[in-house]
Amino acid sequence: MDLKTKHLLDIASLSKEEIEDLLNLAENLKEILYRPIPKVPTLRGKLITHLFYEPSTRTRFSFEKAAKTLSADILTFTGKGTSIEKGETLLDTIKNLEAIGTDLFVIRHPVAGAPHFVAKHSKVPVVNAGDGTHEHPTQALLDLLTVKEKLGTLSDLKIAIIGDIKHSRVAHSDILAFQKMGSTVWVSGPAQLLPDIKEVNYYKLNNKSFKICYKIEEAIEEADVVIALRIQRERHGEALVPSFLEYHEFFGLKSSHLELMKEKAILMHPGPVNWGVELAYEMEKYPFQVILDQVENGVAIRMAILLRLLTGERTYESLD
Amino acid sequence: MKVLIKKGRIIDPSQNFDFVGDLLIEEGKILGIERNIEIQEKVEIIEAKNLWIVPGLVDIHVHLREPGEEWKEDIETGTKAALYGGVLRLACMPNTKPPNDSPEVTRYILERSSQKAYITVYPIACITKRQEGKEITEFGRLKKAGAIAVSDDGKWVQDSEVMKRALLYAKNFDLPVISHCEDMNLSKGGQINEGYLSAKLGLKGIPACAETIAVIRDLILAKETQKNLHLAHLSTKEVIPFLRWGKEEGIPFTAETCPHYFTLTEKEVENYNTLAKVNPPLRTEEDVEAIKLALKEGLIDIIASDHAPHSPLEKEIEFELASFGMIGLQTLLPLSLNLVREGYLTPLSLLEKLIINPSKVLNIEPPSFKKGALAEVIIVDPEEEYILTEEIIQSKSKNTPFLNKKLKGRVKKVILKEKVFDLSLV
Repeated sequence: MDLKTKHLLDIASLSKEEIEDLLNLAENLKEILYRPIPKVPTLRGKLITHLFYEPSTRTRFSFEKAAKTLSADILTFTGKGTSIEKGETLLDTIKNLEAIGTDLFVIRHPVAGAPHFVAKHSKVPVVNAGDGTHEHPTQALLDLLTVKEKLGTLSDLKIAIIGDIKHSRVAHSDILAFQKMGSTVWVSGPAQLLPDIKEVNYYKLNNKSFKICYKIEEAIEEADVVIALRIQRERHGEALVPSFLEYHEFFGLKSSHLELMKEKAILMHPGPVNWGVELAYEMEKYPFQVILDQVENGVAIRMAILLRLLTGERTYESLD
Repeated sequence: MKVLIKKGRIIDPSQNFDFVGDLLIEEGKILGIERNIEIQEKVEIIEAKNLWIVPGLVDIHVHLREPGEEWKEDIETGTKAALYGGVLRLACMPNTKPPNDSPEVTRYILERSSQKAYITVYPIACITKRQEGKEITEFGRLKKAGAIAVSDDGKWVQDSEVMKRALLYAKNFDLPVISHCEDMNLSKGGQINEGYLSAKLGLKGIPACAETIAVIRDLILAKETQKNLHLAHLSTKEVIPFLRWGKEEGIPFTAETCPHYFTLTEKEVENYNTLAKVNPPLRTEEDVEAIKLALKEGLIDIIASDHAPHSPLEKEIEFELASFGMIGLQTLLPLSLNLVREGYLTPLSLLEKLIINPSKVLNIEPPSFKKGALAEVIIVDPEEEYILTEEIIQSKSKNTPFLNKKLKGRVKKVILKEKVFDLSLV
């Protein structure tokens, strides 16, 4: 089956079937990455433009690797801050890049809804690589892929997400994605960084599948998956938490937490990790820590997305 | 030359009149209203069967953008939009560039208005210099230059001591003080109403309590200083119990809302629709209902447009970068008429909120059909349905979520002093 929309803008607008389709395709495509020559000609002649208005290392490189594996050409536009500061509007930028011959935009932007804005004004597909504090759908998809690969299922799991839920686009996408696949999501962290009471209804896809916990032990107890988020002490010059020291003591994941989690529960992090803050140093040695598997799966899932959006009906079988 | 308007429904809240009859105007003045006026001499007759004959509306909250942002609007286009909306007097907010914090800017606006404006313009000056909330402006000299009121609209005077000082000093000059109620620490970075949709769109929410806390403080200061205070553009049901408390306490204040707050909900910003980005933000159905009931109960005294023009430069961009505000002069009356259609207000009580109460706040005589009053007459077809196209909008900017939507109720003609404007030609 195919993506119903021609863009990949957020998890909110994807159905369970669309998500499953992308995961299945990614699982199949992953094999290409292990070939002696990890490259197929499927997207030869397609031009993918990366619009990165915000610094990014792993997401940008991951998209580049995915595109290169499929033999697409890439233009990369990086700019700090917003288009306004550059003196050219985002609308003008995309119209020009379309005129140059772009077949697909990958956009990361510091404000929410920027990819949706591009999609509204663009004739070609748009992939959201992270927009402000809104969503980061490809990260959530690679998280799903990793959990499916490690635990063999995505339903009836308990997922704990710990950290700055309020400002994390990864959390926003993960919360929806795991619930859509039939699991429950419990979140915890400093209360000022948890969703506002009035916002909870949005995150709760059904009555029992989402919960806010004020003690992290409650969230991680019997969890199948624990996702720690990168914590920023300051946002826009404002102190969100009193200190890293305090954060680590009360909200950082440590080996003492392991016995609360299910046996073989996996530990994830979208990166980059502040070791010693949201994750204690010793957690790097935890045998079911899968942070680098997430990175690898990121390439596979992005290959699947590019393929679906750029080749329509074609299936994996007709690739070679 | 005499003008005789025949057989319309004459609704004049200044005299509590609502009956079908005729209105006679001579040399720009009201000569009389009667059930039937027969006249022998030559006279211009306007048939008004099934139409309302109403004194011109007074809009206490308008942004004309001149000086400084004339690409969005200017005094000529803004007042033309007002005319087409049946607004024959307006007060314009001081957040121009430069802001109206000096007698020079006040005089400039009045001089330009005398050359360009279609209707009466009353400039509102800033409460504080550069709207910084620190030092109060020269209320005396501003009033002398022609300022009708003071407001830091767009910003709340965050420092309570400065606001108290302003309320006290305004007593020396009988200057109305208008407050934009928003605790700007709570709303900082906010884009839309805090709730379901702010979570969905990943935009920082503006909580209702940012408005409520500001309203409560301002009511306390009005009580403390015993100075009339006008609360601009209220949007949330949370403030209503406190308005009721304020009235019970006898605190001297008036309250205002805008048509979008009793017509639209936050759903309008779905898909990051910047046309519906406004401050305070559109809220929920519960809030809409509460605002309507507060209008009915008389807790909210005034309906104003908060006409805020922006060009595509400020609106056809990323949501978080887009400016707040929507135009409203030409939708003020059709949307307000819904309150009559839905039974919340009578025609007279609606017009009281559109004519009498705003005039009281500004200390002016309201437009009226009393004998000898200036002719400020609008003729309205309350039933006409039409699509609000770009052509119909007289503003330079077209930023409204009602663009290309159906409206009901339209101003057909305006008689302003000696001029008759036929507006049905657009």
